[in-house]
Amino acid sequence: MTRALVNVPKTATRGEIIEIRAMIAHPMETGYREGVNGARIPRNIIKRFVCKYEGEEIFSADLFPAIAANPFISFTTTATVSGTITFEWTDDQGEMQTASATITVT
Amino acid sequence: MPAPAWLAFAVLAMFASAESAGEIPFKDRRSGFDLMSPQTQAMQADDASNPGMLWVIDGERLWQESLGKAGKSCASCHGDAVNSMRGVAARYPAYDERSKRPIDLSGRIINCRQKQQPAPPLARESDELLALTAYVAHQSRGMPITPATDPRLEPFRDKGRGWFERRLGQLQISCASCHDDRWGARLGGSIIPQAHPTGYPLYRLEWQTLGSLQRRLRGCLVGVRAEPFAYGAPEYVDIELFLMSRAAGLNVDTPAVRP
Repeated sequence: MTRALVNVPKTATRGEIIEIRAMIAHPMETGYREGVNGARIPRNIIKRFVCKYEGEEIFSADLFPAIAANPFISFTTTATVSGTITFEWTDDQGEMQTASATITVT
Repeated sequence: MPAPAWLAFAVLAMFASAESAGEIPFKDRRSGFDLMSPQTQAMQADDASNPGMLWVIDGERLWQESLGKAGKSCASCHGDAVNSMRGVAARYPAYDERSKRPIDLSGRIINCRQKQQPAPPLARESDELLALTAYVAHQSRGMPITPATDPRLEPFRDKGRGWFERRLGQLQISCASCHDDRWGARLGGSIIPQAHPTGYPLYRLEWQTLGSLQRRLRGCLVGVRAEPFAYGAPEYVDIELFLMSRAAGLNVDTPAVRP
């Protein structure tokens, strides 16, 4: 189950620059820590974040072990058409978590 | 990481000659929020950037989830938390008739699940318990803390005050040594707050997760090199009871963000 907070303006005028913010609950385990028995805790971080606007990729990012837990990503884009903005986070275990939001462009 | 020896001596020297400044007057009481950097304040103030909200939305889901033999959810009895839980966190810890002593909000949730649903008990500091507690406490956000006035709580509140004022651990420092006498000053690079539990469970950037007041108290106990109580220990609830009466009038801001 995805625990994420995505923030997209509900409405915008065509050509307007909008701010998009996305945060996901994830431990971002670096792989450098040891557990109680001295065993290395395997690395589990979100490796890649992709944002699509009506299916077209508008923003992506590669993430690395130095990024804190529950990564927060903020970026801007130009509002072009009404539609769905989807967010995808993929971690080391290959699990992809998704979230989406809709925007109405006038 | 253990503090280096010179720091321990410096801290000892700082507190050895201290005279207590006594309780903070009501007009000077300030939430930890006011002592944070503007950046951290902004992070807390915006629900889209406050990581604590991840637990609050999870708690909202758990509130609706039917569990146990009775197949009941929290909502089956309590309805919509927005109405039924409004103001509850502002008056906890409350007197528990069954155990004849004060109980904190998380303790109440644990008991309620075990007795009413009945579902396996939630472990202290588990994500589920933190999420439910954060969701319930979030319903009181913006409301002033109004401690319970039940006279049966008084002896426990006094015990809590006793712990707060008692010098503890190898460093022989009490809670009051820092949080009554030296709030606003710095310990290392950090500003010493007044220790008002307005926003628990809260997101500490240091923890990179949500944590309870008990986890925070353990941090301070270890800091003065005292043996911390186990999670769920009655001492923590007594201390919380005293801290909440000390914070009376300040607004609840769960889920808070703290450095």
